[in-house]
Amino acid sequence: MTTTIGRIGIVLALVLCACSMMMAQNPIAPEGVKIGDNAPEFVLKNVDGAVIGPRTYSAAKGLIIVFTCNHCPYSVKYEDRIIALQREFAAKGFPLIAVNPNDTVVSPEDSYAKMQKRAADKAFPFPYLFDETQVVAQRYGARRTPHAYVLLRTRTGWTVEYIGAIDDNADNAAEATQHFVADAVNALLKGTKPAQPMTKAIGCTIKWKKG
Amino acid sequence: MIVGLVLAALLSTSVPDVTLADLERRFAAGSDTVFVVNFWATWCTPCVAELPAFDHLARTSGSYGRPIKVLLVSLDAQRDRSTKLEPFVRKRAYACEVVRLNETSPHLWIDRVDPAWQGSIPATWIVARDRRVLHEREFTRRELIDTVKSFLSRSPR
Repeated sequence: MTTTIGRIGIVLALVLCACSMMMAQNPIAPEGVKIGDNAPEFVLKNVDGAVIGPRTYSAAKGLIIVFTCNHCPYSVKYEDRIIALQREFAAKGFPLIAVNPNDTVVSPEDSYAKMQKRAADKAFPFPYLFDETQVVAQRYGARRTPHAYVLLRTRTGWTVEYIGAIDDNADNAAEATQHFVADAVNALLKGTKPAQPMTKAIGCTIKWKKG
Repeated sequence: MIVGLVLAALLSTSVPDVTLADLERRFAAGSDTVFVVNFWATWCTPCVAELPAFDHLARTSGSYGRPIKVLLVSLDAQRDRSTKLEPFVRKRAYACEVVRLNETSPHLWIDRVDPAWQGSIPATWIVARDRRVLHEREFTRRELIDTVKSFLSRSPR
């Protein structure tokens, strides 16, 4: 029994090793998902140690996924706004999941321990997941932090309905004139499609692992 | 008091605002010049790390056989101009012209620079009369020089 587990361990280690080698050769995110695509399922470790993903939200109408991190000043500017999104939309059926995809060798500020500290300091009302292998960010095609996705539940999974910025003014929430994520969720709640399904924003590069 | 104000004015480095339209006018007036436009911000650690490479390019710009103009375009917020951006520029004293981009609605202006740009910085835009390339990446000094040389070799006058 012990031997079998040991062997499984070795096989798993080899598989993980092979995965990280493949990623090292191709560190740049591929195209990722597009509007209307099925959203990739995933499970990642939360700051409280729980392992969760979209499937965890069996009753949700949709999800807001935000790739973000500790160190990026643009992410920090948006922290209170993603807290507000969770407060407004979780109760309406669109809870928010934050995902940190940064390599902690390149960006030590984004380590799991520091994520735990930030989540506690800011009392994040949403899970803050660690995408340690960066596979989730790659599958989604996330390119910067913050980078938001809005998913809508379908019969069999989720579709991608919005990709992009949270709003149109990073420096001053009060001066934002377009609230892209909130507008997208409100459209989906009304049974319509987001008027602007893709937007761009300035942000920090995702810190990909170095080969 | 007046002397103090004059001194302060002389010592301060002002970073003017530009719009994308202003930059386009600069490009159009530049005729033969190749513009190396680096989008950066004081808050962006990898951007700040690569600025010396752009300083080097500016200081050696006479050795490429064609006029090269290095422009550092800051994406710092208006309210950080006098408290962060200008003190930074003063302290570093780079040989590059520094301006601050005064554009709102990034979801619109990012595409005007290059639809392929995802919006992360640093990003470097090399602009000649006939050709434009946006590099959404960081550069070492060597990589920057090689990239500029490669651009020049494919962009004959």
